Amino acid sequence: MTMIAPDPVAPDPKVERALTRRRWLGRLRGGQTGRPIWRQPIAVAALVILGGWLLLALFAPLIAPYDPLAQSPEAYAPPSATHWFGTDSLGRDILSRVIHGARLSIPLALAIVSLALLVGGLLGLIAGYLGRFVDEALMRLTDLVFAFPQIILAMAVTAAFGPNTRNAVLALVIVSWPVYARVIRSAVLSMRGDDYLSAARLLGVGPVRALRRDVLPNSIGPAIVLATLELGNAVLLLAALSFLGLGPRPPAAEWGSMVALGSQDLSMWWVSVFPGLAILTVVMAFNVLGDALRDRLDPRYAKGR
Amino acid sequence: MTDLLRITDVEVEYRFRGRGRVRAVAGVSLDVAPGQIVGLVGESGCGKSSLARAAVGLTAPSAGEVRYAGRPVTPLGWRRRPGAEIGLQMVFQNPYASLNPRRTIGAQLLDGVAETVTGAARRDRVGELLDRVGMPAAAADRYPHQFSGGQRQRLAIARALAPQPKMIIADEPVTALDASSQAQVVNLLVGLVRDLDMGMLFISHDLALVHEIADVTAVMYLGRIVETAPTRELWRDPRHPYTRALIDAVPQIGPTPRLPGTLAGEVPDPANAPTGCRFRPRCPHAFAPCGDQPPTLQLGGRSAACWLNDPTVAPAAVPAH
Amino acid sequence: MAPLLDVDSLAVTLPGPRGPLPILHDVSLTVDEGELVGIAGESGCGKSLTAQTLLGLLPPGATVTGSARFAGTDLLGLDNRGWRRVRGGGIAMVFQDSTAALHPMLTIGRQLTEHMRVHLRMDRRAANRRAVELLDQVRIPDPERAMRAYPHQFSGGMRQRAAIAIALAARPRLLIADEPTTALDVTVQAGILALLDRLRAETGLAVAFITHDLGVLSALTTRGYIFYAGRVVETGPTGALLTAPTHPYTAALLGARPHGTQAVGTLRPIPGGPPAPGEAPPGCPFQPRCGYAQPSCGTAPPPLAPAGADRSVACVVRPHLEVATR
Repeated sequence: MTMIAPDPVAPDPKVERALTRRRWLGRLRGGQTGRPIWRQPIAVAALVILGGWLLLALFAPLIAPYDPLAQSPEAYAPPSATHWFGTDSLGRDILSRVIHGARLSIPLALAIVSLALLVGGLLGLIAGYLGRFVDEALMRLTDLVFAFPQIILAMAVTAAFGPNTRNAVLALVIVSWPVYARVIRSAVLSMRGDDYLSAARLLGVGPVRALRRDVLPNSIGPAIVLATLELGNAVLLLAALSFLGLGPRPPAAEWGSMVALGSQDLSMWWVSVFPGLAILTVVMAFNVLGDALRDRLDPRYAKGR
Repeated sequence: MTDLLRITDVEVEYRFRGRGRVRAVAGVSLDVAPGQIVGLVGESGCGKSSLARAAVGLTAPSAGEVRYAGRPVTPLGWRRRPGAEIGLQMVFQNPYASLNPRRTIGAQLLDGVAETVTGAARRDRVGELLDRVGMPAAAADRYPHQFSGGQRQRLAIARALAPQPKMIIADEPVTALDASSQAQVVNLLVGLVRDLDMGMLFISHDLALVHEIADVTAVMYLGRIVETAPTRELWRDPRHPYTRALIDAVPQIGPTPRLPGTLAGEVPDPANAPTGCRFRPRCPHAFAPCGDQPPTLQLGGRSAACWLNDPTVAPAAVPAH
Repeated sequence: MAPLLDVDSLAVTLPGPRGPLPILHDVSLTVDEGELVGIAGESGCGKSLTAQTLLGLLPPGATVTGSARFAGTDLLGLDNRGWRRVRGGGIAMVFQDSTAALHPMLTIGRQLTEHMRVHLRMDRRAANRRAVELLDQVRIPDPERAMRAYPHQFSGGMRQRAAIAIALAARPRLLIADEPTTALDVTVQAGILALLDRLRAETGLAVAFITHDLGVLSALTTRGYIFYAGRVVETGPTGALLTAPTHPYTAALLGARPHGTQAVGTLRPIPGGPPAPGEAPPGCPFQPRCGYAQPSCGTAPPPLAPAGADRSVACVVRPHLEVATR
């Protein structure tokens, strides 16, 4: 007999409540409070858009009709059958550049967010768990970063290190880690007194192991949601930096710098509008997805049932 | 001394912004011997949970000392708990909060199994622990939410047993459970203490329950122990008016309705504890000497902190004890 | 004389995720004017749902059959206005969690007088006077000052007293108290029990007291109902019910509670747990956990049948039960 319970036990309301609260991954399937993600049309649209961009990025050389860097005499050709999105000042095919731009923006956004999550998460974990002066020092540091507008600080950092892709990513990590540190820290603080953590420590579990096994898995949820929301922001910031000439160096096909190129003469609207639309769709999709994820994982933010 | 757990003059203070310091435990001494169940009873806010946390090392006492097996207990900080203290374990009140929801029962039990046990023996040890608390071995691969409250508390007990403890502090272990699970868990704890010759400090607000299982009962009021005695004697012949009031307040089953005895007033705020005997403002027998702190008088194998027990000052007509 | 509250064959079904769930089956109970009646059972046995039914507080989608008459009014046929009239002056309720029952941002005085001013159309001065009287009646010291206090400034016992005062504001004839002392310490509980008993004696208030603690049942009430899995399994004068139970479940509940004989193992746990709604066995709901069960117990739920003076029991076996009580 493989019965787990030696006695038939009635479903306990407390158990049920704990169940819905604790298994946040299970909430992706809808739980009891709402529809599963794939039943929300907007979230589905976001997923489809992101999936599309991912495919475009992955197979860019196969899909793009032209080499994104190849110049041609047809400068500023308006959208036509040969160049669907037109060409830019150097006669480069904008469709191909937008498609190739996905290979830059999406992976870089992922890199920025994961690095920031890693750094911020680690510092938040340490601050929350150690408390006292370590916490105090780290939190003042986050305040310092929060005190500057993100884009200004990122500009200053990139300008200081020299404008290139690596430094742009670095700068954006530097401006975006504090928010993760804050979120993880507050999650850790709220569970620092939890009995299961005390129980593990009483059994002789060392602090690092307790952090890894007991603290981290129970505090990472909100940070993951935040990271999804921040992906869109990272795409935007990166585009802003390269718009200002502080990102990937030309002639790299980066959406932000493409928008910048077209903004010099808006009568050639297609030069900036198409990369702009690319940014718009990706950012919106990440935001919608992040919202949907948060509604699922964190019922406090859920909109009316 | 053979005492397994020795609590000496322990005080626990909390600091609150704007309210200053509050002494939740104001000087408590208590001993637990191997194979002994000491019941600690008191009403909410009397400091019994603070005392439990200080005794096991989760809170640092602001004064006094806790010794386990002759060795001072170090308050748990950033460092790993010293191996010599791992025989002192705790069972918490709320079985919904004391198990990590994201780890299997087996993994949580293994946290406490000594590192000298290796390989397949570790797995076997988990099976043994589950068996001890009447749970099937298959429970090891399940998660806490798959169990009811009573079952969870049994699993939490199994976890506390993992490092083969000599002393268990059980802080209201059955308060959160239904009547039938209560009886199961209490019987389990008592059986374990008897079988494994452990010491147990059983903390509860339920005097009748403590009466049922404890060898010795200590009664706590507003941060102090007011009376300690072998349980039967305490119940039959309480020597402190608060103990008497507590016993009288337990509703009894009888052939006709009989209202439990009431006690005047409310428990004062520990931040503004009365001077002298802390029970004085509510005590029906308060008299002149009660303005001074009563000494804890030794009365044979028991003790009570009440001037009525001091023949040199007590009025001639001592209320019938 | 007809009883103040007369519930007959009440059955309640709640909507569940997988179809309707029967929660209460064939519940009959009465409360006389000025009587203290106890309702006891484990959590989930339907005792609180009975109270909700009697106050018209069932969730939407619930179906109710049977009858419930209060002072001649058919409760189950009431519309919203009718319910408001009953709640505003006939039946009042106090809950286990007084913190949740009181509004945290309003003074006790405001919460006490609001009802009187709106429903009883009393002017401010008269309402205040009556509120102070009520606070005094529930033995809250310094009632004038308490009027200006907020709930969080009160201890748990005081909050429960204030909640009772508010319940009494409309001069109800029946007070339903749902585990009002469960969250309180014993000495505080003793005060609340004494208060309810005094209110009954002084004002003729009838009280239906819901509890899981048989000690409280015995100490306060004169007649009791034992609930199990949505049914009344035994009823009678509380003293006789608890000193000489005739249903195995009542006896098992008594065995599982501490009663002070001090010998290890005197707590006799009831094996297993109560069935979940909708999963009760076809026969007697207690049969799977019952030490006296016989094959005949599995066919149909036994009806509540007379068993001696003023007593009824829903058991066909009626074994001889050994009960150890103090």
